Amino acid sequence: MKARHKRMMFIVLGLAGVAVAATLVLTALQSNINHFFSPTEVVANQAPKDRTFRLGGLVEVGSVKREDDGLTVHFNVTDNAEVVAIKFTGILPDLFQEGQGVVAQGKLGTGGVFQADEVLAKHDETYMPPEVADALEKADQQKAAEAQQTSTPQEGI
Amino acid sequence: MSINWFKYSAPSSFYPLAGKVAPWFAFTAAILFVVGLYLSFFVAPTDYKQGEGYRIMFIHVPAAWMSMFIYIIMACWAAAGMIWRTRLSSMMASALAPTGAIFTFIALWTGALWGKPMWGTWWVWDARLTSELILLFLYIGFMALESAIDDPRRAARASGLLALVGVINVPIIYYSVQWWNTLHQGASIKMSESGGMETSMTEIMLWTLLIMTFACWFYTIAIALTRVRSIILERESNNVWVKEMLQGER
Repeated sequence: MKARHKRMMFIVLGLAGVAVAATLVLTALQSNINHFFSPTEVVANQAPKDRTFRLGGLVEVGSVKREDDGLTVHFNVTDNAEVVAIKFTGILPDLFQEGQGVVAQGKLGTGGVFQADEVLAKHDETYMPPEVADALEKADQQKAAEAQQTSTPQEGI
Repeated sequence: MSINWFKYSAPSSFYPLAGKVAPWFAFTAAILFVVGLYLSFFVAPTDYKQGEGYRIMFIHVPAAWMSMFIYIIMACWAAAGMIWRTRLSSMMASALAPTGAIFTFIALWTGALWGKPMWGTWWVWDARLTSELILLFLYIGFMALESAIDDPRRAARASGLLALVGVINVPIIYYSVQWWNTLHQGASIKMSESGGMETSMTEIMLWTLLIMTFACWFYTIAIALTRVRSIILERESNNVWVKEMLQGER
């Protein structure tokens, strides 16, 4: 074996060792690296009880209610499996919307309501012009309407 | 006809070659930047959700890609230098490091500027942002370690080792948004199961992004070749060919 082959072997083996070590560390720290808990995890009591943590999910459509002071907002966050109610007083980011992803930081209060002291918007990786978004929405509505039309006669029977 | 490529692994023959091709890469980069920036600001459509603010993507994403690519290439040069003991390889690694660090900084900085209006915060400690910050520290550590050791060969070995160990961070950055819950969104361009490319943006946005990325590539090659010429002169200043060349220029 030539000297340079030895050095090559050393580098390859070294890198493999580092990769294995990194994998083990990252797997062990899995729950610490995750930025937020999902509603399912909160409902299953996997989130910390008396400590601040972050909760992430989609704002449930039709759940946003504002109090009269104009600053306090109640809404539900869902991962399409479980739902957690959130109460937040403060300024919401511009992207905050029903159906939009959010990450809220706070504590679980009485009655399982999450008392948030910060709400951040999480956006997805889709980019398109407004006209395309409108067209897609119209197509969706049309499909929904067609589905309803075809299903109504069956209901009649 | 065959070209002896190994001829150019000698600093004395690589020096004039780099000097000859670098301006062409710089020229191409300038043209691509002009076209790319024009597309970014005037041709690419407004986004349905983020409005005009999303346009920062056209520098943020290429900078973030470059920060990872350059690190891998730098680590490859460092490995080549350790295996074949070629002087030029470690010089190429040190020539790439500052550019990689700058692109990492640009990615973090534009990310903060993008995060404030869209997410509502400049910075969060999620897996994507934190691992990219570690990449910046790796670049800075590489440059610091190299300049801390006087003997170039020992410096190259120590910093090369750091570069190689740090390469493990690159897949962590790339896959962080898949492996963990992060505030940062997933990739807009990815390989589909069948091996093709899938994207969740319109064609013109994709082209703008790619042209800006090519511009960054050509810029990187031009600047790295120019920088490696300075490093060659510095490290080879006691060699006969440098003295002869400098006398010839006089």
